[in-house]
Amino acid sequence: MLTIELFLEQSLNGLQQGVMLFLMAAGLTLVFGIMSLINLAHGSLYMVGAYVAASVTQATDSFVIGILAALGAAGVTGMLLEYSVLRRLYNRDHLDQVLATFGMILFFNELVKILWGPQALFLSTPELLTGTLEFIPGAPYPSYRLFIIAAGLLVALLLRHLIINTRVGMLIRAGATHREMVGALGVNIDRLYTIVFGIGAMLAGLAGALAGPMLAIEVGMGEKILILTFVVIIIGGIGSVRGALVGALLVGMVDTYGRAFLPSIMRQLMEPSAADSVAASMSSVAIYVLMAAVLIWKPRGLFQAYGG
Amino acid sequence: MEAKGPFPGIRGIGQMMFLNKLLSVNPNGRTKAVVITGLLLLLLLPFLAALLDDPFLVDIASRILIYALVAVSLDLILGYGGMVSFGHGAFFGLGAYVVGILTHHSYEGTTIAFLPGDWEGTTQAFIQWPLAMIVSGILALMVGALSLRTSGVYFIMITLAFAQMLYFLMISIPTYGGEDGLNIWERSEVPFLDLYDSQTFYYTCLVLLLLCLWVCKRLVKSRFGMVLQGCRQNETRMKALGYPVYRYKLTAFVISGMIAGLAGALSANHTEFVGPGLMHWTRSGEIMVMVILGGMGSLFGAVLGAASLLMMEEVLSGLTEHWMIFLGPILVVVVLFARKGLYGLLVGKGADNG
Amino acid sequence: MADPILEVISLTKCFGAIAASDGLTFSVERGTIHALIGPNGAGKSTAIAQLSGELSSDTGRVRFDGQDVTRWPVDKRARTGLQRSYQITSLLPEFTAEDNVAMAIQSQQGHSFRFWEDARRDQSLRVPAQKILERVGLKGFADRPVTSLAHGQQRQLELAMVLATAPTMLLLDEPMAGMGQSESLQMMELLRPLRGDITMLLVEHDMDVVFALADVVTVLVKGQALATGTPDEIRANPDVRRAYLGDY
Repeated sequence: MLTIELFLEQSLNGLQQGVMLFLMAAGLTLVFGIMSLINLAHGSLYMVGAYVAASVTQATDSFVIGILAALGAAGVTGMLLEYSVLRRLYNRDHLDQVLATFGMILFFNELVKILWGPQALFLSTPELLTGTLEFIPGAPYPSYRLFIIAAGLLVALLLRHLIINTRVGMLIRAGATHREMVGALGVNIDRLYTIVFGIGAMLAGLAGALAGPMLAIEVGMGEKILILTFVVIIIGGIGSVRGALVGALLVGMVDTYGRAFLPSIMRQLMEPSAADSVAASMSSVAIYVLMAAVLIWKPRGLFQAYGG
Repeated sequence: MEAKGPFPGIRGIGQMMFLNKLLSVNPNGRTKAVVITGLLLLLLLPFLAALLDDPFLVDIASRILIYALVAVSLDLILGYGGMVSFGHGAFFGLGAYVVGILTHHSYEGTTIAFLPGDWEGTTQAFIQWPLAMIVSGILALMVGALSLRTSGVYFIMITLAFAQMLYFLMISIPTYGGEDGLNIWERSEVPFLDLYDSQTFYYTCLVLLLLCLWVCKRLVKSRFGMVLQGCRQNETRMKALGYPVYRYKLTAFVISGMIAGLAGALSANHTEFVGPGLMHWTRSGEIMVMVILGGMGSLFGAVLGAASLLMMEEVLSGLTEHWMIFLGPILVVVVLFARKGLYGLLVGKGADNG
Repeated sequence: MADPILEVISLTKCFGAIAASDGLTFSVERGTIHALIGPNGAGKSTAIAQLSGELSSDTGRVRFDGQDVTRWPVDKRARTGLQRSYQITSLLPEFTAEDNVAMAIQSQQGHSFRFWEDARRDQSLRVPAQKILERVGLKGFADRPVTSLAHGQQRQLELAMVLATAPTMLLLDEPMAGMGQSESLQMMELLRPLRGDITMLLVEHDMDVVFALADVVTVLVKGQALATGTPDEIRANPDVRRAYLGDY
């Protein structure tokens, strides 16, 4: 039964998921575009953000402090990672990067298990945001999700400001399209890379912290979102933050609509038990089909940022 | 499967002694020596196990052989063809599922719904295993046909995406266990052989592995193999020479998928279970780790890598519950500093490039 | 009797606002050595890339040996006999010199879906490979890994590979690049006898080479063909002198 309210509600869900994916994708695409580094451990930073947010919020009873702690933890972890391991991978081929960062995933998963134990953690939604807002008349929508949408869009705006209006941003744009030139211009490349990586790590940590109240915080949560994030940046175009936003919203919408509406659509076509199975498979693969379709049309993604 | 008894340590010491002797031989002789030593070890393993009074050793070794097989199949396209396929688990898992589904229906006496006719499956290995290879091969054909139109990171992502699609597909099919997987109540039947017997099963796996190694060795040295290697070294140049590169890579991809399917069939028998986890991208990652750890582009390295990784897991998991925390950094160290892998270290300059 | 083996018709290729090829039109006669010269940025390398198939043109047509090859991929053109050599050496780095030439020969011997025999022991590949290596002066270097060869020797190997494919027409993008005087002369002596059997389109900066080898010269300026003629005609052409040659 497709009503306007249902459609709008799902659209907001899609928007919220899209915004979360954007937070993850922005960092990943910048790192990939500028340093040409495939970093599978990006999902681990998300996981770190979630775990730290949960623990600190529980300890201090303040979600705000929890988020700040998550940002800090993810940022520091990211920069340490960059300094110790990732730095040596910039000149290696992608296979080496994939393997080494895969090793990092294994390490972080186990580390988290040691520090926090194997059971899942839960983070409750901050009191202020537990209610609903009647954003759409007749369909109250969870305030917390609206908060995420707002936070995500704010970050997008801040990022845009950073990239367009600041010196660091200019270097980022230049670095995404002309890596060697930026180095030749005498800019401290090492520091630029560390900063870029740090920004990406913090965004991932923020995503993890924000996701906390909505999911089970457990080992392996990073990998789930990592794949989606890669799909997003492939669709959006590697190295392009604008592409990351468009790709993230696209993926978020397609995934949400798929899960929400495919079962009912399938039920029109076949009997219920088969319909549900088929719908479940179809919605899982929907975004991959989307990725394949985009790549056929534009082999380098929608907004290709870096040459070649 | 937990490590049992002191045998890992003893094997380790034995290997150290061999290593010392090995490293003093000249490079060309080294390759032969390493291979022959390995072969002898594998052939005599069940007797060693009897000597050490450790029956589990054979089981673990069978597992190593199975993963060695799938690692060899990946090395074919990765080490020789330069195709970084992050979805190899899909072919492995699918081969296992073919055996699982056929056995399931045979055991339950039900017809297979999605196939024409009234087939109730079978437990005959001579039907199951080739079918597993064919089905995996067909999947490889479809995946490869689309994926090989891309390159670089896009190729990696697309192969990964396909594996994930298959993973989600299997999870959503409740008839075959869904997320919990399917138990396999009967092992495949082979005339005159009892696959329930650990030793028989071990030697079956060994024979198949050696057969595939032999075939692959000839493959990589043949005209086809040379083209494949050329594509890895300089694809642009190969195209400029007039080679329709796509066709050769696709063929290699399909062959590789078929071998992985065979390994999957063996795995289904070994663990008497199939689950979607076999197709998860992290499984593909593990297989890739084996190839790299052992040394890619040598086929024997893949065997060595599978053995090393699985043995490391056995040994480390006996020491601490959190042994996984060492695996990550070890992998990083290998990638950064020992890129040629174990085979490269053992054989040095003697490592053949074909 | 005009028998153009290659016809370039109004080829255009733009990179953003820059037109690297701007309605480029010229033809190459069978069996000649045809040089393409012009100042830096005139679009010579872009032209070669479009002719070999590595770059797709925006508009225009390329006709080779009577067929319209404009939309053909690189390997298809190569199989038809249109081959190129590279300005920056492009070899198969992990193979030996002999392996490299053997791969070129193999490409001419039908398909390579042969899975069983050891290719390195295949005399139908090795013997011709050794002969060609000898012809280009690399006789003793057959078993050397390519990376151990000097730059000039690598260029010779490039040529060997190209000869091994027995092309109908060769696109040579600065074949003497990075070579010393004697090596350049050697290369010229290798290319000269090919005239008649193989048509060559040669991009070169070295005017001595151009005037020594070429039958016909086309001058490229800003993506267009400014003039085509014999070396003497070109040398005397006032437009060309103004645009490019100065007082050569």
